[in-house]
Amino acid sequence: MSLFAPAPAAVHDGRFGPYGGRFVPETLITALDELVQVYADAAADEAFWDELEALRCDFVGRPTPLYLASRLGAEAGGARVYLKREDLNHTGAHKINNALGQVLLARRMGKRRIIAETGAGQHGVATATACALFGLQCIVYMGEEDVRRQALNVYRMNLLGAEVRPVSSGTRTLKDATNEAIRDWVTNVADTHYIIGSVVGPDPYPRMVRDFQAIIGREARRQVLEKEGRLPAAVIACVGGGSNAIGIFHPFVGDAEVALVGVEAAGEGLDSGRHAATLTAGKPGVLHGCLSYLLQDEGGQVAPAHSISAGLDYPGVGPEHAWLRDEGRAEYASVTDAEALDAFARLARLEGIIPALESAHAIAYVLREGARWRDAGPVVVCLSGRGDKDVAQVAEMTGGA
Amino acid sequence: MSATTSSEPRTALARVFDACAAGGRAALVPYVTAGHPSPADTPAVLRMLAEEGADVIEIGVPFSDPLADGPVIQRSSFEAIGQGADLRWVLRTLADFRREHDTAVVLFSYLNPILRHGLDRFLDDASEAGAQGVLVTDLPVGSDPETERRFDDSALDLIRLVAPTTLPARVARIAAASRGFLYYVSRTGVTGTQAELREGLARQVEAVRAVSPVPVAVGFGISDAAQAATVAQVADGVVVGSALVQALARGGVDEARPFVRGLRAAMARPGG
Repeated sequence: MSLFAPAPAAVHDGRFGPYGGRFVPETLITALDELVQVYADAAADEAFWDELEALRCDFVGRPTPLYLASRLGAEAGGARVYLKREDLNHTGAHKINNALGQVLLARRMGKRRIIAETGAGQHGVATATACALFGLQCIVYMGEEDVRRQALNVYRMNLLGAEVRPVSSGTRTLKDATNEAIRDWVTNVADTHYIIGSVVGPDPYPRMVRDFQAIIGREARRQVLEKEGRLPAAVIACVGGGSNAIGIFHPFVGDAEVALVGVEAAGEGLDSGRHAATLTAGKPGVLHGCLSYLLQDEGGQVAPAHSISAGLDYPGVGPEHAWLRDEGRAEYASVTDAEALDAFARLARLEGIIPALESAHAIAYVLREGARWRDAGPVVVCLSGRGDKDVAQVAEMTGGA
Repeated sequence: MSATTSSEPRTALARVFDACAAGGRAALVPYVTAGHPSPADTPAVLRMLAEEGADVIEIGVPFSDPLADGPVIQRSSFEAIGQGADLRWVLRTLADFRREHDTAVVLFSYLNPILRHGLDRFLDDASEAGAQGVLVTDLPVGSDPETERRFDDSALDLIRLVAPTTLPARVARIAAASRGFLYYVSRTGVTGTQAELREGLARQVEAVRAVSPVPVAVGFGISDAAQAATVAQVADGVVVGSALVQALARGGVDEARPFVRGLRAAMARPGG
């Protein structure tokens, strides 16, 4: 068994309690069956994990540091706050952890055409990067609205040789980019692998993406034990689809004394109707191939989400989060656009770190609620990405340059 | 195939196809999105389909995220939703139609509107409104045995799909689970129109028919009367969706009527 492989799980039926599953058009079933099989074979193959680990180390720059943010902690009610620095990964976010793993699987399947959806553009950039590394064709679907908000990442993807296809249907954001990627996959399934960027979609994606992202939590767990000689009192991460959160939560799920807190985007406020707080305000439903919580209206139409952060602007959420919530193992809170913007600026001033607007939600939460853990022990916050991509947007919104 | 998970696969819906076959033709199965071009048009659209000899009408329940559909049906769904068409309205409209006409109706829906309505309530309401079957695009065989069992226990036929990518062993499993009729997706892709039918289609349809206890209808991408006539030679039924929705979008019932009439004329089989 490789040191780097996740613990072998019992045969997984693709369900997390009642959630998850595989609610897709019949055309995709054969490809999903193949992916399940290829992933099972790879997961049992030491050489697969060794190759991935070498890439993580030499190409991505892992392990990422666990950094004691003292000045942030002082303003966060005196909590002892560690930042898991996923922003220091190559390409600037945790998304590369998953993109590399899935590109290795695509290679095993002999599929040379890769498609992806992206919201903020971080998953698109990570996928374009992994495809460049392995010489694969890469097509990224991105909502027109996000193409506008995240122009820098569009340019990066083009530079990396990927084709960005703007999606003008529906809400023109991540939800519809995902619809369009699925339609492409349905049409080109024979030679195409779809790299989903979060812990959503039909089985095996939620558990497979989790396994690739669990490196975040495994490192953080080891690092906090080294630095503090104990487990953290809490682990905090932002949740859109929820991949950085599941990645850092997963190795702590069995540690009952560690509180797990997911932070959703409350947008303009939960009462405004313009938010992306799916677990806080949604109801169970099926979108993009899995049963989970969903923002929707009385007739079962998916409601448009809103967040200042393109990466959290999604009306669904990973099915494992839905299960962790119902089981009471994780709690889910939310912070508004305004709180996230404030945290974005404060982390820059306090620690010399400009966070992604997504990650700024987790920072905002610890600034607001940190006092809860002042006497309870260290708190680990996942800083899932860096904020360079957001600087122009924030400057435009706040009038500062 | 004798073993089936459901009670009796050759339901009233299957017998519609049998009657067509006895008359020497394939069944015409037009698809329309409910509420398109506008909710006010839908009763007239359904009436026209019945008058022009549709054998089974597929009524699409508009959904915000139609990921199995191409641009034409996507647009029709968004427009219908924008004008307030939802599942409850579709059921009311269906009930009104069935009071006047006995043409068989299958509801074509994504799973979420059904779940939101409440599955058991939907099964009762749809059956009461006069639907004979329901086709759920994102509920493939084996995806949720409990949900599938509740469909099977209901008065509605759950119409199953087979795709060109479905492996033979699974085709047999799907056929065994089928009731009413089986829907063969004629191409690897989403709904839409196309210039030419895929090569090898006839052979694949024949392979599915060989293991199916129920009639096999073929759909996805059948765009005009000539293509419909070709498919009618090999299938028990022919589904035409996007091309009809396009005609309705262009010129409403007046433009769609001659199109449907042409399709109906194309259903005949040689010697029929």
